Amino acid sequence: MAGFREYKVGARLFAMAFGGSMCITLLFPSINIAAVSSTDVALSKQLAVGHETGFNLEDPFLQGKNKPTVVALKADPKTGQPLGEAMSVFVYQPGTTFPAGILHPRILGQGIEQLSVEQGHITDAQKAYGAVFTVSKGTYQGKEFSYIDNLTATKGWMPADVMHSAKDEDISHAGAGKTYFVREGCWWCHTLLPEQTQDWQVFGAPPMLGDFNGESPTAFGSDRKAPDLMHVGSRNSSKEWLMMHFFNPRLVQPHSIMPRFDYLWGEKDASGNKIDYDKWRAEYDEYREGKRVSPPDVPAYASDSEIRSLIDFMLSLK
Amino acid sequence: MFKYLFAKNEDIPAGSAAVFFGFSAIIWFVIGTGLGSFNAAKLAFPDFVTGNIYFAFGHMRQVHVMAVIFGWISMAFAMAMMYITPALGNTKLWSEKLGLWNCLLWNLGLTLGLTVLWAGITSGREYSDFPWPVDLYLAFFVFIPLAVNVWMTILNRRTQGIYTTNWFFASAVFMVIIVFLVGNSPEFFHLTGLTEAYLTWWFAHNVLGLWITPVAAAIAYYTIPKVTGNPLYSHRIGHLHFWSVVVFYSTPAAHHLMSAPLPEWLKSFASVEGVLILVPAIAFVSNIMLTMKGKWHMFVENIEVRFTITGCLMAIPLNMQGGFQQTRAINWYIHGTGWIVAHAHLALLGFSTFLEAAAVYLGLQTIMKRKLYSLTLANMHFWLLLIGFTIYWVSMTIAGLIQGAGKIYEVPYIDVVIAEHPYMIARWIGGTLVFTGNILWLYNMWMTARKGTEVPEGRMPHELGYER
Repeated sequence: MAGFREYKVGARLFAMAFGGSMCITLLFPSINIAAVSSTDVALSKQLAVGHETGFNLEDPFLQGKNKPTVVALKADPKTGQPLGEAMSVFVYQPGTTFPAGILHPRILGQGIEQLSVEQGHITDAQKAYGAVFTVSKGTYQGKEFSYIDNLTATKGWMPADVMHSAKDEDISHAGAGKTYFVREGCWWCHTLLPEQTQDWQVFGAPPMLGDFNGESPTAFGSDRKAPDLMHVGSRNSSKEWLMMHFFNPRLVQPHSIMPRFDYLWGEKDASGNKIDYDKWRAEYDEYREGKRVSPPDVPAYASDSEIRSLIDFMLSLK
Repeated sequence: MFKYLFAKNEDIPAGSAAVFFGFSAIIWFVIGTGLGSFNAAKLAFPDFVTGNIYFAFGHMRQVHVMAVIFGWISMAFAMAMMYITPALGNTKLWSEKLGLWNCLLWNLGLTLGLTVLWAGITSGREYSDFPWPVDLYLAFFVFIPLAVNVWMTILNRRTQGIYTTNWFFASAVFMVIIVFLVGNSPEFFHLTGLTEAYLTWWFAHNVLGLWITPVAAAIAYYTIPKVTGNPLYSHRIGHLHFWSVVVFYSTPAAHHLMSAPLPEWLKSFASVEGVLILVPAIAFVSNIMLTMKGKWHMFVENIEVRFTITGCLMAIPLNMQGGFQQTRAINWYIHGTGWIVAHAHLALLGFSTFLEAAAVYLGLQTIMKRKLYSLTLANMHFWLLLIGFTIYWVSMTIAGLIQGAGKIYEVPYIDVVIAEHPYMIARWIGGTLVFTGNILWLYNMWMTARKGTEVPEGRMPHELGYER
C-alpha cells in the first residue's frame, strides 16, 4: 500500500484549510444566528403554520395534516362573553405537533423566552391534550416584549371549545396552506423574499432579522418568474380574485404563465356537487375560440378543500 | 452487468463498474434533459398539459434539476473515477463489485428520490429537495461507497506520487459527504428559521463548488494530457487550483442570500471570497489551454478534445459571471432573474457537461476496446448540445436583463412576463435541441458497444481513425 507517505503536510494543510472554512461558514454564523430574537411576525407565523411544512413523518405526503388553525375569536369560549375586539388564537387540536418555539423556547430570544415560559406557561402545553395559543404583551426586566401565551394553561380554553364557538369564516387553515405552497412548488416562481432596493416599492418591506425564527422550510425561492408574495395579502385580499386566479390564471390575467391549480378543488364543490372538470375545460376552450361570450363560472370551493387552505395562507401573508 | 453482482471480485472484468455507470449517466442525461424540455414548454405555453397534479410545473421542475445533478453529472463523475483513478495509480479499481453495487443502489435510490419528489413529497429546500430519508440513503449507499472505492484505489496505487486528478477526486468525494450530511442537517434535526435558509444555500453552493466544479476540472486534467499526449503544462498551477478551490470556493455560500437578513459581515465576507473564485478558475483554464500547445489541430479533429476544450472555454464566461454577479454592485440587479438560470446552465450544461461528456466518450471506448461507432453522430451531438445550450443561455440572459430592468423601474410584473415570452419559447427550443442530441448520443454509444471496431491491444481508441 503506497499510502500517503509524501502527503503528510498536504493532508494536514487540507484539514486546516477545510476546517477553517467550515468554522467561518458554519460555526461563526451559527453563533450569530442563534442570538437572533423572534419578532412578532415570527411568533405569529410559527404558531399559525405549526411544526414543519416540508416532508415530515407526521405528514409524509404533505396533505396538510398535523396543522394548527387560526381563529379570529369574538367571544370568550368558556363564558360566551363577547370580547372587546376579535382576538387571533392558534388552535392545536390534540395530537398536533407544536412549533419549534414551543418545543425549544430557547429559540425565541432573551425576554420572550422567559415571559413565554413564566407568564405564558408554554412548557405546560401537552401534545396529547392540544393547546390554544395567542401572542400577548408583557414586561421583562423593564422592557416590553411580545410573548407566546398558552391560553389553555392561563385561561383554561380548550381547543374543542374554541373550535365549537368559531364560525367557518373566522377560521384560517394557513398552516395546511403553507404545506400545499411547498408541495405544489409555488416557490419555484413566487419568492417569499423581496429583492434589494426598488423591489421594496412594489412588493413591500424586506423581512427583519428575527422574522423567520421557528419556520421550516423558509421557502424563500430563488428563481423568480412571478411576483413576490411576502406581503401579497396586503396587496390583494379578494378571495374571489384568488379563487378565479388559482382555477385558471388566464381568467383574470390573460398573459399569465401560471399553471392552473383547478385540481386543488378536489372532487366536490361547496354545495357537495361533483365538479365536472372536462365540461369546464371544454366550455373554457369554446370561450377562448370565441364561441362563448363569457367563460364558465369557477366552482365555489368546499370549505375542506385544499384550495381553501392555500387561499387562507395567501391572505395570511400580510 | 447484473450477473457480476454476486460474482467474485477477481472474476469481474476491469472496467465493468465504469461501463455500468457510463450508460446509466447517459440514460439519466436523456431523462433529465427531456424533463427540462417539457418544463420549458410549460413556461412558454402555460396550457400545455394542464390540470393534472403530476404534470404540474411545480412537481416537475425539481425532478429535472435532481435528475441532471445526481443522475447525469454525478454518475458521469463516478464513471470517470471508476476508470481514471486506477489508471493514474497504475493499478486496478479496489473493488469492481463495490462499484457495481454502488451503481445499482445509486440508480435505485435516485429513482426512488425522483419519484417522491414528483409526487410532491419534498423538503421544500432548493437543491436539497429530497426528503431526509432519501438524503441519508444517498449519503450512505451512494457517496460513502464511492468514496471508499476511490480512496482505497488511491491508497493501493503502484505509483509514488498522486497525480493532480486524483487529489481532486479524493478530496471531492470526501467533501461531498460532509456537504451532504451538514447541508441536510436542518432536516435531520429540524433546524428552523435563518439557520435553515442559510444551510439550504450552504448546501447548494458547496455541492457545486466542492463536488461538481472540482471533479469536472479534474477530469479535464486527465483527458487533455491523455488524448493529446502532452504532459500537463504545470503541476504547480494545479496546486494553486486545488488549494484555492478548498480555501475560496468553500466559503461564499451566503452570497446566494444577499437580500435575506443574514449577518452583514457574513454577506460581505462571502462576496469578497466569491470574487476570489477567479483564482482557481484562471489557474485551471490557463493550465489546460497551455497543455494544448502544439496540439490545437486535435480541437478540430478529436471529439474528446473538442468537448473538453469547449467546456474549458465556457469556464471563462462562467467564472467572470460567477465572480462578479454576486457582488452587491451587480447582485441587486440580476438576483432571482433568468440571468441566474442562464448562469446555472452555463455551469452545469455548458462547462461541466462538456467535460464529462468527453470523459464518458473516452472511457467507454477505452474500457470496451471499441472505436466510436459514428463520428457523424458524435459531431451532431456536439453541435446540438452547443447550439441548443447557446440558444438557451442567450435567451435566458436577455430575459434576466429584462426582469432586472423591470424590477428597478417598477414595471408591473405582467409586462415583464409578456416581454419575456419570446425568450421562453427560445429557451424551450434550445432545451429540445439538447435533448435530441442526447438521444443520438445514447444510440451512438449503444452502437459503439455493439458494432464499434475493436481497438487492438496496446492501442488507445483515439489513435485509430474514425470510420463513419
